[in-house]
Amino acid sequence: MAEIFVYIPHKDGVADDAALEMVAAARKIDADAPLTALVVGEGTDLEKVCEQAAGACAKVWKVSGEAFAYPNAEVIRKMLVNILPEKAVVLVAHDTFGMDLSPGLSVKLDVPFLSDVVDIEALEGSTLKIVRQEYGGAVSTRVACDIGDGVVINVRPGAFKAEDAAGAAGEVVDKSAEAGDLSCGRRFLEVVEAEVGDVDITKADVLVSIGRGIEDEENIEIAEELAEAMGAVVSCSRPIVDAKWMEKSRQVGTSGQTVKPKVYMALGISGSFQHLGGLKGSPFIIAVNKNPKAPIFQVADVGVVDDILEFVPELTEKIQEM
Amino acid sequence: MDILVCVKRVPDTAENEIEVNSDGTDIERDDLVYSVNEWDNYAVEEALQIRDKVGGSVTVISVGDEESEEVLRREMAMGADGGILLSDDAFEGSDGRGVAAILKAAAEQGNYDLILTGAMADDGAAQVGGMLAAMLDRPFASLVNHIEVVDDGKLKVGREIEGGNQEMNEIDLPCVLSIQTGINEPRYVGIRGIRKVASLEIPVRGAGDLGIDPSSVGAAGAKVKRLEYFVPDLGEGAEILEGSTEEVIEKLIEILKAQGGIK
Repeated sequence: MAEIFVYIPHKDGVADDAALEMVAAARKIDADAPLTALVVGEGTDLEKVCEQAAGACAKVWKVSGEAFAYPNAEVIRKMLVNILPEKAVVLVAHDTFGMDLSPGLSVKLDVPFLSDVVDIEALEGSTLKIVRQEYGGAVSTRVACDIGDGVVINVRPGAFKAEDAAGAAGEVVDKSAEAGDLSCGRRFLEVVEAEVGDVDITKADVLVSIGRGIEDEENIEIAEELAEAMGAVVSCSRPIVDAKWMEKSRQVGTSGQTVKPKVYMALGISGSFQHLGGLKGSPFIIAVNKNPKAPIFQVADVGVVDDILEFVPELTEKIQEM
Repeated sequence: MDILVCVKRVPDTAENEIEVNSDGTDIERDDLVYSVNEWDNYAVEEALQIRDKVGGSVTVISVGDEESEEVLRREMAMGADGGILLSDDAFEGSDGRGVAAILKAAAEQGNYDLILTGAMADDGAAQVGGMLAAMLDRPFASLVNHIEVVDDGKLKVGREIEGGNQEMNEIDLPCVLSIQTGINEPRYVGIRGIRKVASLEIPVRGAGDLGIDPSSVGAAGAKVKRLEYFVPDLGEGAEILEGSTEEVIEKLIEILKAQGGIK
C-alpha cells in the first residue's frame, strides 16, 4: 500500500474537525498504511497546527511560505504536484477549498478522483470500494476505483467519526524548499465577510425554516405566522436565498449560517448535507415534507408527511387558539 | 468575449421523486421529467449578461444523447448564439474525467476566452470544471458567485466560501469558472422563445470529429465505476406522526411543548 496523505484544513492555528475525520477515513482505507499530514500555511499559527497533526499522524509535512498565507487552491495545487510522490493516496476535505483544489489536482497527478465520499467499505487488492450520494442525498451509490496508481479522495466533512488523537508523536519534516514554481493565473484579493442581517438566526432557540416546498414568495408569510405563534425565528435553505426571497443572513447551511437551536422545524426542506452541515448542537428536528422519501426524514426526530402549504396554516391556527 | 458554457440534461429533482430501480443498477428512469441542470442554467445566464455588456458570443455545449438537444435548444432560447452536441456511443458511461476529456477536445476546436460550467450536477461530484481547466492548463475558480470583467485580460471573481463569506480573486483570461446558484436571476424561457430557435441547426460531434480515442472515454475509459445504487440508511429516521391532520397537529403541539418549541 502506498503512503496516505491527509491535507489538514486549519484556521487561526487550529486544525478543522475534518482533519481527524480524514485520519479516521485513512485508517478505514488501510490501517497499516503510513500516514502523512500535509500542513500548509504561514507563520506561528502553522507550528500549532503541525503539533496537532503530529498527534494523529506518524509524519507531518510542513509547507510554509508567504504564497500560502491564504489557501489559494491554484497555488497549493502546483505545490502539491511538485512535492507528492508517485502513487500517493491523497485525502482532502470536501469543503469549498477541496472542491476548488481536488478535481484539477487529480488531473495533474494523473490519478482518479473520488468526490464527496461518505463511507469507505473495503480495499480489495488495489480496488477501493466507497459510498457516495447522488441527487441531493436521495440515493447512494457504491463505487469502485483502482487506486493502485494513486488517487485523490474528497471526504465529506461530518461523515466519518473523528478518531481520538492517538498520540502518534509524529515527526515534522519541513518541505517548504521543495514547493517549486508557484506562478499561476489566479490571485487572491480579499475575503468579504457576510452581511449581518436584521435578525441573528444563530442566537435563536427555535427556528422555523423553509425550503423549496414553500413554492412561492407569497407563501413565506405562512411560515412567518407560525413562527410568530411559536415565538420562533424564520430561517431558510439555499434555494430561498437563490430566488432572492430572503436575505443570505437567514440561510442555514455550510454556505450560510451555522445555527444551534433547541428545536428546528424544517418545512419543505429536502435535507441536503450542505444544509444539515449548518445545524450544530443536536437540535430536536421536526420535518414536514410531502415527499416521504426526503432525506430530511432520516435525520429528523419527528416527521409529518404532508404539504406544508396546507398543514402549516392549520397548525398555526391551533397554536394561536391555545 | 467568446464564452463556452457546458450544460447537462438531468432529472429534475423538484419534479421527481428519485428512486432506485428494482435491481439497483440505476435510478428508476421511467416517467422522469428532465431539465437543464440548475447550476448550468445560472452559468448560461451569467454568460449572456457578460456578452450583453462587453460583446462577443455564447455557445452552449453538452455531452449526452440526442435528447440533450432539447436542453441546448432551451438555453439557445434564453439567448445563446449557438449550441454543440457531443454525442457518440463511445461516450456512454464516462466518468467525470471522461466527460472533461470530451469537453476539452471540443473546447480546443474553438477559441473561447471564458469557459463556464455549473458548480455541480445530479451526481454531486462538482468535478468537471476543475478537471477541464487542468486539462486545458487554464486558471480555474470554483463556486463562483460574482464576475466582473476588469479588461480584456482578466476578471474579478467572487467565490462562495463557508459561512456566507465571499472570497475575491483576480483571474487571468482565458480561464474556466464553475458557477454557483444564486449568482443571478436566470431569465424565463417561454414556449414562444423555444419555437423561435426550433429550426436552428445544432451540430453533433462524435469521437472521430473530436480526435478522441474511443477507448479513453465512456465506460471503457472510466476508472471510477458505479457498482450499485441503494437507498441510504443514515439512522433510525424520524418517528412519522400518523392519523388525521387534526390528530397529527395535536400530537405535534404536545411534542413542541415538551421540547420547548412553543414559548
